[in-house]
Amino acid sequence: MNEYLTLSMILFTIGAVGVLVRRNAIVVFMCVELMLNATNLALVTFSRQHGTLDGQIAAFFVMVVAAAEVVVGLAIIVSIYSTRRTTSVDDASLLKL
Amino acid sequence: MLDLVWLVVVVPLVSGLGLLVWGKEGDRVGHLVGTVASAVAFVIGLVAFVQLLGRPEDDRSVAGTLFTWISSGPFHVDMAYRFDPLSALFVLLVTGVGTLIHVYSIGYMAHDERRRRFFAYLNLFVAAMLTLVLADDYLVLFLGWEGVGLASYLLIGFWQHKPSAAAAAKKAFVLNRVGDVGMALAIMLMFAQLGTSSIQAVNATVAGQASESVATALGLLLLLGACGKSAQVPLQAWLLDAMEGPTPVSALIHAATMVTAGVYLVVRSNGIFDAAPVAQTAVVVVGLVTLLAGAGIGCTKDDIKKALAGSTMSQIGYMMLAAGLGPAGYAFAIFHLVTHGFFKANMFLGAGSVMHGMSDDVDMRHYGALRRAMPVTFATFGLGYLAIIGFPGFSGFFSKDRIIEAAFGESFWVGLAALLGAGVTAFYMTRLMVMTFTSPKRWLDDVHPHESPRVMTVPLVVLAALSVLGGVLVLGGWIEHWLEPVVGHTEHHELAVPAWGMSIIVTAVVAVGVALAWSTYTRSPIAGTAPADADVSVLTRAGRHELYGNAVNDTLVVRPTRHLTRVLVFLDARLVDGLVRGLADRLGDTSQFLRTPQTGYVRSYALSILVGSLVVVLALLAVTLA
Amino acid sequence: MTAFWIVAPVVVVAALGLLFARKAVHAALSVAVVMVGLAVLYAAQGAPFLFAVQIIVYTGAIMMLFLFVLMLVGVESRESLTETIRGQRLAATVAGLGFGFVLVTAVGQTTLGPVTGLRSANEDGNVYGLAALMFGPYVVAMQLTAALLVTAVLGAMVLAHREALTPRRSQAEIARDRMAEYAATGRHPGNPPTPGVFARHNAVDTPAPLPDGSPAADSVSPSIVARGQLRDGFDDDIHVVSRQLRREDDEDEPRRGSGAVGRDGEPRRGSGAVGREEDE
Repeated sequence: MNEYLTLSMILFTIGAVGVLVRRNAIVVFMCVELMLNATNLALVTFSRQHGTLDGQIAAFFVMVVAAAEVVVGLAIIVSIYSTRRTTSVDDASLLKL
Repeated sequence: MLDLVWLVVVVPLVSGLGLLVWGKEGDRVGHLVGTVASAVAFVIGLVAFVQLLGRPEDDRSVAGTLFTWISSGPFHVDMAYRFDPLSALFVLLVTGVGTLIHVYSIGYMAHDERRRRFFAYLNLFVAAMLTLVLADDYLVLFLGWEGVGLASYLLIGFWQHKPSAAAAAKKAFVLNRVGDVGMALAIMLMFAQLGTSSIQAVNATVAGQASESVATALGLLLLLGACGKSAQVPLQAWLLDAMEGPTPVSALIHAATMVTAGVYLVVRSNGIFDAAPVAQTAVVVVGLVTLLAGAGIGCTKDDIKKALAGSTMSQIGYMMLAAGLGPAGYAFAIFHLVTHGFFKANMFLGAGSVMHGMSDDVDMRHYGALRRAMPVTFATFGLGYLAIIGFPGFSGFFSKDRIIEAAFGESFWVGLAALLGAGVTAFYMTRLMVMTFTSPKRWLDDVHPHESPRVMTVPLVVLAALSVLGGVLVLGGWIEHWLEPVVGHTEHHELAVPAWGMSIIVTAVVAVGVALAWSTYTRSPIAGTAPADADVSVLTRAGRHELYGNAVNDTLVVRPTRHLTRVLVFLDARLVDGLVRGLADRLGDTSQFLRTPQTGYVRSYALSILVGSLVVVLALLAVTLA
Repeated sequence: MTAFWIVAPVVVVAALGLLFARKAVHAALSVAVVMVGLAVLYAAQGAPFLFAVQIIVYTGAIMMLFLFVLMLVGVESRESLTETIRGQRLAATVAGLGFGFVLVTAVGQTTLGPVTGLRSANEDGNVYGLAALMFGPYVVAMQLTAALLVTAVLGAMVLAHREALTPRRSQAEIARDRMAEYAATGRHPGNPPTPGVFARHNAVDTPAPLPDGSPAADSVSPSIVARGQLRDGFDDDIHVVSRQLRREDDEDEPRRGSGAVGRDGEPRRGSGAVGREEDE
């Protein structure tokens, strides 16, 4: 069991670091997806550990939400791109003027 | 009508304020409205005066309260007025002469596009002066006092496009403020010591309730106020600059309002001054110094208005001198004030008429031989001249004689100085007459002297008549008797010389002054330009520089103040600002430092989230393992 | 367990590819690999339904969406390698390593009880078990998910929608404006020159030569220029042609149509350089 969880942790960490170091918004988004998938793996693993299917249900819901998130997120990226001609997350630094 | 005497203030006040807000439609009739308002005030005053005359002697005082102005604990001030013989004379003088000046201004200001505004200010001036003389409370008097100051500021600076006029207005205002401080302090002292600021109450109780030092302090503070308003030494510097205003304004300031306020204040506060001999002496000294200083200035100025202004200083000095003599002089001070109001208004308006004909040139060295060009002006001015030098039978003769007489009664030296003043007055007035009217003409090119229009000469004629006839007031001791309820009985000093002998001496001194001036200014032709400062005597130079009044002010007040200001500015900039700015800068630096983590980059924030979650996980582990 | 040890390294390597891939497309492909790998792991853990969903939804739908968007914006979205935020990369690495180390250590230190396994839960089949839960205790959550999906679709439509601020211009208006602009500024009203015409390479990445032989800048798509894929072959072609000419000179058998091309440095006329693959 621990090896599945370890893999999940490693993938999660890789995703997190990817969010931090990549600047292309699409790649950053993929890294987020990777983190979600890492948790899904953990959920499925726990499901097997406990012998109930609730973990798998949770993973299923995560997938659905991720799908919705991807739809909206990519739409945002496209509209940002169409106005600013860039997909770099650093260029949209309007939080500080 | 006596109960409605307060209307005398309200009418010009409403008219003045109305004219100010009326707008362009008022331009056509504004001057008429202003004049009518002043005339109505005069008629009301006249009716009230006649009614007052009809009353028994001990009942010639009408007091009333319009409303309660201030009521704060023990401090209670009513908007109270009092119409008594002294006020009555002043009301007549202010409204009468004021109305004539209004009429004159219609012609004088005919071509000024802001004439409506000018009349509004004139009305306000009259209203403020009437408030001053009708007040039955020092605070109400102070209201009029300040109103006069404001109106004079507005009128002296009426031609505000001229920097000199603006500066003169400011100077008059500032110097008046110095006097006003004295006035305000006096009122505060009254309230602190006597618990009231009512004129009647203060003058009645000051002798009994307050110590002599308090009375002296009150007297000196009031004298400071009077000096400011009446242009007495040491606050005289504004008067000559005030000539920057239109000539009717000068006439109004010098004859009917403003400068007479100081004399009025001293006479009105006779209770205080009677209780404070030191203050009285100070008044005498101030009066004497101003008398001689003004006469000196009058002898040297080539500017006709400034020469007349010096003369005003000198004559007000006479009045102050008389007022300082106590009950012996109060009546004569007022008497001279009234006659002076007539002849000085006459001469100022005459000077305005001359300027009107000479294209607004004021330099007497460019005049000469105007006798024929302006016969009416010459005639009226001549009558005023005879009145001021004290030609026997003219009003000035009676009024000045009485003052000199009273001065001799006080002390020989004071009397001698007053006598000398009379001689100098004769000198400089003769000089003015010769240079303006009788000597050969020295006109500049393009100047075509002509007589002024009827609207200007009629007031001159009226005033000339009053100048001549003003002396009747003193016949049979009427004015002394009339003012007795207010200022007390006038005692006569028995002099070494009988009264008629005194008159002969005065007349002789005057004749000497006239002869001296005549010979000086007719013997050799008068130069078209004034001789340079280096070529004239020390006295002349001093007179030309107004006895260095400005330099004294500059050295004693302005420059030290400026230095003090500089020091304060330095302290403010370095110390106060330094502290405040330093604090702000440190705050800014701290903020700048705190700002560095705020990069605006979303990835930086994500990093902090990750670090935060790392901390949370570590904390969880620590809790679990512990 | 065998499956795990085969798949896990692949998954980790692919995930690392996400970190280090220069191009976004490569990153997307490595994510796809991760997805598939995870699907295998789901299957290995008794979750066949999730296995299918993972492949269909993630690899099939989501990753395709990513690729679509990459195609939409990808041309100019190259990521420069220099880090813009000072210290970000180092800090991220340190924090990431620390985070990973702590998590892995924690997991490694944890002793789990005996594995229950899904044998009993999957008795009626995994799908039946999931369905029983989903339409049983989790039915409200499922319906909320449906609402969420509908909202997401609407949101995407709103975000992608662009309001028409001006009325649509008719073709006649456009033509009139073009002619007016031509009269005013001299801008040619017609199409820009097509690439590759009269060029040796009849391809979109080869600019058309102007009458004097120089390349016409507006004959190729700006995105090709931006991508740096412009075929800079003109000089090479000249080279080739002149060499060819020399050879023909040697053979003394001039070819028609080639003589019009000048040598280097002379005014060049590209009319003769008809596309023909060179034999280098």
